[in-house]
Amino acid sequence: MKLTKTLLASTALTVAAAGVSAQEMSKDMTIVSWGGAYQNSQLKAYVEPYLEMHPDVSVAWDESSAEAVAKLRAMNEAGNITWDLVDVTAASAIRLCDEGLAMEIDFDDTLAEAPDGTGAEDDFGDLIVSDCFIPQIVYSTTFGYRSDMVPEGVEPPSDVCAVFDLETYPGKRALEKRPLNNMEWALYCDGVAKDEIYDVLETDEGQDRALAKLDTIKDQVVWWSAGADTPQLLADGEVFMGSTYNGRLFSVIEEQDQPVAMLWDMQVFDLDGWIVPEGLSDEALARVKDFLYFATDTQRLADQAKYISYGPARESSAPMVSQHAELGIDMAPHMPTDPANAGNTLLYNYEFWADYRDDIDAKFQSWLAQN
Amino acid sequence: MSTLKGSGPQTSDAPTPEDAFHEAAALDAREGEPPHGSGNDGPVLAADGTPLKRSLARALRAQKMRALALIAPLLIFVLLTFIAPIADMLFRSVENQIVRDTLPRTVEALADWDDTSGELPDNAVFDAAYTDIFLAAEYKIHTRLGSRLNYELTGVSSLFRKSGRGLDDIGEVYLDQLEDLDENWDEALPWAELMGTADSVAAYKAWVEAEDKARENDEDFNDPIPAFEMRDGIADVLPRTAEMYSRFAEFVRVEDEDSPFEEEPWTIVLTRLYEDLRDGDVSSYDGPRAEMLKAADELVDSPDFQTADLKSTFEEIDEDWMDLAVWRTIKTYSPAYTSGYFLNAVDMQKTPDGPALRDEDERIYGLLFKRTMFMSLVITFSCIALAYPVAYLLSTLPMRTANLLMILVLLPFWTSLLVRTSAWKVMLQQQGVINDVLVWLGLVDDAARLVMINNQLGTIIAMTHILLPFMILPMYSVMSTIPPTYVRAAKSLGATNWTAFWRVYFPQSVPGIGAGSILVFILSIGYYITPEIVGGTTGTFISNRIAYHISSSLNWGLAAALGTILLAVVLILYWAYDRIVGIDNVKLGG
Repeated sequence: MKLTKTLLASTALTVAAAGVSAQEMSKDMTIVSWGGAYQNSQLKAYVEPYLEMHPDVSVAWDESSAEAVAKLRAMNEAGNITWDLVDVTAASAIRLCDEGLAMEIDFDDTLAEAPDGTGAEDDFGDLIVSDCFIPQIVYSTTFGYRSDMVPEGVEPPSDVCAVFDLETYPGKRALEKRPLNNMEWALYCDGVAKDEIYDVLETDEGQDRALAKLDTIKDQVVWWSAGADTPQLLADGEVFMGSTYNGRLFSVIEEQDQPVAMLWDMQVFDLDGWIVPEGLSDEALARVKDFLYFATDTQRLADQAKYISYGPARESSAPMVSQHAELGIDMAPHMPTDPANAGNTLLYNYEFWADYRDDIDAKFQSWLAQN
Repeated sequence: MSTLKGSGPQTSDAPTPEDAFHEAAALDAREGEPPHGSGNDGPVLAADGTPLKRSLARALRAQKMRALALIAPLLIFVLLTFIAPIADMLFRSVENQIVRDTLPRTVEALADWDDTSGELPDNAVFDAAYTDIFLAAEYKIHTRLGSRLNYELTGVSSLFRKSGRGLDDIGEVYLDQLEDLDENWDEALPWAELMGTADSVAAYKAWVEAEDKARENDEDFNDPIPAFEMRDGIADVLPRTAEMYSRFAEFVRVEDEDSPFEEEPWTIVLTRLYEDLRDGDVSSYDGPRAEMLKAADELVDSPDFQTADLKSTFEEIDEDWMDLAVWRTIKTYSPAYTSGYFLNAVDMQKTPDGPALRDEDERIYGLLFKRTMFMSLVITFSCIALAYPVAYLLSTLPMRTANLLMILVLLPFWTSLLVRTSAWKVMLQQQGVINDVLVWLGLVDDAARLVMINNQLGTIIAMTHILLPFMILPMYSVMSTIPPTYVRAAKSLGATNWTAFWRVYFPQSVPGIGAGSILVFILSIGYYITPEIVGGTTGTFISNRIAYHISSSLNWGLAAALGTILLAVVLILYWAYDRIVGIDNVKLGG
């Protein structure tokens, strides 16, 4: 009896020693994302395939990406990190990395190479904006308009300044209830050259100038705070045009077949991707790394574009972008990064907004609150 | 007996121990008069011989403890999960230790600086800032301080972020020259030998050998690296270097979980070494690595040796360091507690001349507080107006019909708040149900549809609907206890319908209105999700800003200050209500 036990124990030990890497990974993983169509694209493109390969692993979702920085900070203060992998925008990632709440990633060590052997770091290239941030997609904030509400005899808008042109294009606009992007568009349409926008916006006069420009359309604006608002407002015909994330507009246009068209001019590029919280246990970290290696490889990022019209962050993924999984239409022309769409674009200025957000936001909110 | 606090039915009920207690006290007070039932003079005694007063007090105490034990689970639960977090959050509205904790030396050095002098702080302050920010950057806490101070002065956020990286430049000037002299200055082990005890260095070397051997033999080797210990004498030879190196050693051990034997020191250690060599004398030093140190001393003393100027390095990193406002902000916010968040919450800010109102285009909180109050009042009154007839009807109808109506009142209660709010969106928007009906009826022109949402009106309509049950239920429970005979009696004595209602019925229903109003008003003053969805820009409440500061701008101090003010306002209003109407007049039921 005793002998059997010892034998069994030693066998178990041998097995454990043989499969060290598999044994040391935790069995469950909490992934934080945005919910909605975007989270669904992640689920379909790499979470479900990963779970098929590892049937013993379970994944829990937490749709908290919008408050990720606040919650991670609170978790860190409480000394109890309950998330394993967090999907955030680049601006949040930079902040988390600066504060030591996100782990620094060695791209070449942790992530898969491109099919042609290019290292991950080169493959992601310029999109690596922080040491802690693994970009997944390039998305843009841009305008959509009701094609059936364009006045007769007028060309459909092709210039972002149509937003401020109430005479040619009457009707309500939907803009986001925060200064980011709106201030840039306002200055641009007030005649500021694109490369001088942030120099102007730094000054009090520049901020007043942008607000004055926004004043011209203020009573025609519906302010949104959730990404789903503008698509709904457009679908209901509540507004003539509105800004939102390009993926949301894609689903209004292609999936819901609404009479809405894209206005790509001066779209503002931003990145979304993963961070790994600092302070994970070794087992959790091993699991997360294993998952990341799979989920951010070239094929998986290209697959994600089958479900949502955001551009994959790897250069090597771009040529592999194929057709929509259900509609069967080519996705490439719907990508914000497609040359036809990316003629005139702006890149989210992380550093500027890190500094000026508090200040400009105070002004902007005060301006909003006054009638 | 009547000395018992409070009023209510319990005074007339069976005697309680407290009654007996008071009786005993009264008896006790009657000096001289022999108490009945006892043959002795002096205090009344209980059966066991102790004075009755004491034995009663004991019984009473036991009873109180039992009562406390019964409510203890709830009390502890509420304390831990409700009161404590709220208190903690409110505390953040004045807490400001971050500046002091992150920049301890700078704060101390700045104490001597006159911020009205118009001159930059002296080199001692820059040196303190160099040490503080360097350490903060290693611990990755400098950007958090940057964002904290950025609330007060725009641009500090990037200033600290850049400085965290840029301050390595100072030490690198020294590192480069010393490295050219002797490569060992950029190696981990020689530094450890210079700074550490001979024993710990020997232990490390033995460990390295053991590891090499294990690797050769392909064995597992999991022994931890031996601990590093600072040598006692080194602080006399190189005081500043030793101090900084021991900070480094501790950091490497605790934060990196590594060892100073394997990590080359921070660049700031080189700066300190330079200063020690410049000011001190190492010629008598004969410990390990003496030659290396003496050669460095010679180099430092030679005229060719380049030094880094602190101020100009700071200026190179960012010219904002030459801006007095930055130093003034650090000095102003250096105390551990600040009124800054509260000033901010009432649209004011700290200036060198004391608190002053913010620029007009940055004021917002006063407006939002006023709006929150005003709209909560409007919502409360519209709830009263709508709920009164419904509650009256409920209380007068026969039971069966009343129950059915009651279910209709409660139905919205069982529906998700978000669903109800979104439903109002569908109803009220310009292409919504109400506008469509009005246009179809021809009452409104298609081009001039009513704007009923994304403004105050939308918030008022949606919140009135959502909070209506909170008004109807207390009103109903009070009204259902008003005997119908009173109104009949009034009428039979010649009162008109109106007089009977206004003089007889209405005064009896006031407690229900009071209870409902308090409920609705206090609920609405802190409402968040409905104003966020249907409020647009003119229909949002202060709570929306609080939520913004908690989750987006991460200015928790300001959010806490706003929350504290909101809480104080509610308490003051409650107090005023108690003074004017009397809280005894509030009834949630018969």
